[in-house]
Amino acid sequence: MPVIKVEGLSKVFGKNTKQALKLLDEGKSKDEILKQTGSTVGVNRASFEVEAGEIFVLMGLSGSGKSTLVRLVNRLIEPTEGSVFIDGEDLARMDKQGLRKVRREKLSMVFQRFALFPHRTVLENAEFGLEVQNVDKEKRQQKATEALEMVGLGNYINQYPGQLSGGMQQRVGLARALANDPEVLLMDEAFSALDPLIRKDMQDELLDLQESMKKTILFITHDLDEALRIGDRIALMKDGSIVQIGTPEEILVNPANDYVEKFVEDVDRSKVLTAEHIMKRPETVNFEKHGPRVALERMREEGLSSIYVTDGKRNLKGYVTADDASEARKNEIRDINQILKTDVPTVSKDTSMHEIFEIIHDSPVPVAVVEDGKILGIIVRGAVIAALAGEGEVNVENA
Amino acid sequence: MLDFIDKLPIAEIIKSLTVWITDTFSFLFDPIKNQFGDFMEWFGDKLASIPPVIVILIVAIFAFFVSGKKYGLAVFSIIGLWLIYNQGLWEELMLTFALVAISSVLSVVIGVPIGILMSKSKTAESIITPILDFMQTMPAFVYLIPAVAFFSIGMVPGIFASLIFATPPTVRLTNLGIRQVATELVEASEAFGSTGSQKLFKVELPMAKSTIMAGVNQTVMLSLSMVVIASMIGAPGLGREVLSSLQRAQVGTGFVAGIGIVILAIIIDRFTQNLNTQKGK
Ligand SMILES: Nc1ncnc2c1ncn2[C@@H]1O[C@H](COP(=O)(O)OP(=O)(O)OP(=O)(O)O)[C@@H](O)[C@H]1O
Ligand SMILES: [Mg+2]
Repeated sequence: MPVIKVEGLSKVFGKNTKQALKLLDEGKSKDEILKQTGSTVGVNRASFEVEAGEIFVLMGLSGSGKSTLVRLVNRLIEPTEGSVFIDGEDLARMDKQGLRKVRREKLSMVFQRFALFPHRTVLENAEFGLEVQNVDKEKRQQKATEALEMVGLGNYINQYPGQLSGGMQQRVGLARALANDPEVLLMDEAFSALDPLIRKDMQDELLDLQESMKKTILFITHDLDEALRIGDRIALMKDGSIVQIGTPEEILVNPANDYVEKFVEDVDRSKVLTAEHIMKRPETVNFEKHGPRVALERMREEGLSSIYVTDGKRNLKGYVTADDASEARKNEIRDINQILKTDVPTVSKDTSMHEIFEIIHDSPVPVAVVEDGKILGIIVRGAVIAALAGEGEVNVENA
Repeated sequence: MLDFIDKLPIAEIIKSLTVWITDTFSFLFDPIKNQFGDFMEWFGDKLASIPPVIVILIVAIFAFFVSGKKYGLAVFSIIGLWLIYNQGLWEELMLTFALVAISSVLSVVIGVPIGILMSKSKTAESIITPILDFMQTMPAFVYLIPAVAFFSIGMVPGIFASLIFATPPTVRLTNLGIRQVATELVEASEAFGSTGSQKLFKVELPMAKSTIMAGVNQTVMLSLSMVVIASMIGAPGLGREVLSSLQRAQVGTGFVAGIGIVILAIIIDRFTQNLNTQKGK
């Protein structure tokens, strides 16, 4: 069962909500509806599901309805139409008390501009969620301190938010959300107010925390790089509608329409970076010397499911898979040529990231980078995504 | 052409309304008048019976700490209060202070909840705002008339008139202060599952505190001015000195009593303002 399930959710701001919805059905655009009715479409029939432990990113330009959508998920805003289910429970059906319970126990929110309480210390901010649940003081301070330590602010608990830098304040916001130990974190552009370096640190930190916490995270951003780095799946929004949902790869490789494509094109690294930047030293076997046995051994050592085969001069011949190799060993086949596969996906040194992506997307093995028939390196799928998302592991020496 | 109907009997209507209220609610007004009047008298006497030296010292010490360990206000308080004592107006001062203190406390106790109500409900706001406008623009003297009708003369009608005149700023600024709290902070408290009263007491009131205190400061100043006017209906204190000097055309004594009021006003004003800035840091 998905932790968050959003079904046909719409929000129209203004008076003529019924009329606006009708116009939406007729396929009118957000602008036309604003002109005709004076109402603003915030979110238009959004549907998606977020599974437990997943980081689901909502991405879109300013004004595309991201904040509205996330506030509908914890019902800070009443929907005009549609429903939200948290752990299968319909939020709209809940009375005030039920809603409070869900907010206290399951959902925590991190705000775009921190929204810390200036009259409370860092610790008092972090314990707010527990305080409203009337957890006793000792226990809530202990939990809040733990959360603050987790985000690296253990030494600042008695400061006031105004005394901290932006990055530190955002950590307090995160700690405040974590102290409740919620199932779900709603993060509305949580890192947008930070400068790029701190922002990257915070992203890393979130990913690290997520390793151990395994929360379900609905993360909002208007930045594709950020989305690619941290998202398990990404939903792209435009004018209140979700135009595409998919893994980072799917979005990059198969943009659903021009809008998404434009977004994706803006990932400028994909144009600047080429194959040689992200290739790794290849693990190969020499068919003149080695048999399936050696190939299998190598694959075991390196934890691979396939390995490239060359001749003595590193000319690429093909590859063998681990399955075939172990089959061959059982059947006492000595000659590696009998299990050699030659449908090798290859690119050249200066193939662009975009093209690599399309090749690697439906290839079962890493892509080989070749020059004059010789293998220079291999590219694994993860490296492409990492590079597109701006992670550091780019081989600059190769360039 | 404008005389198409006779003069509307507004004055008569108000008059009979007041009579009706006085008669109907005398069961309420009379005990207030008596009990509360007794209490006021007792309170005033108690204040006046504390040796002036002690009062002056206490005020000076408070002034020192309230103004952030500076000497200015403390020195001013000592000299000012001594001067009033020296002019033989100490008892009047204490009575005026008692009236101001009681009516301000009542104004705040009544005003803050009304302000909260206004901030929470658009309907309440649109009903109460014109009433507040009316209360503040009506000349202060007018309130003395029904006050006398309800509570006859003395301290109690003075406080009643002062309540009507001085409460609006507290109400207005409480409303304003709460409405000004950043939406994100309100959202944050809701998102973590606050109840309405948790939101109010943990977020909205603390955030609105300095605005509310600005209103309270105005309320205190207005009640001081009203308490002086209320001397016309028999409220005791410095105001009565001014009034009797006026009636007898005694410029000197009138001026001295006036100075006493100014000194009291300055001390009270600085106290409430400093309390505000200190806590609002
Ligand atoms: N309270 C409101 N009243 C009226 N219209 C609103 C309100 N809140 C949002 N909107 C409108 O809804 C649309 C979506 O706004 P929203 O804040 O959700 O965008 P966003 O994607 O979060 O943008 P940003 O990246 O700038 O934060 C906008 O057109 C906005 O004008
Ligand atoms: Mg937003």
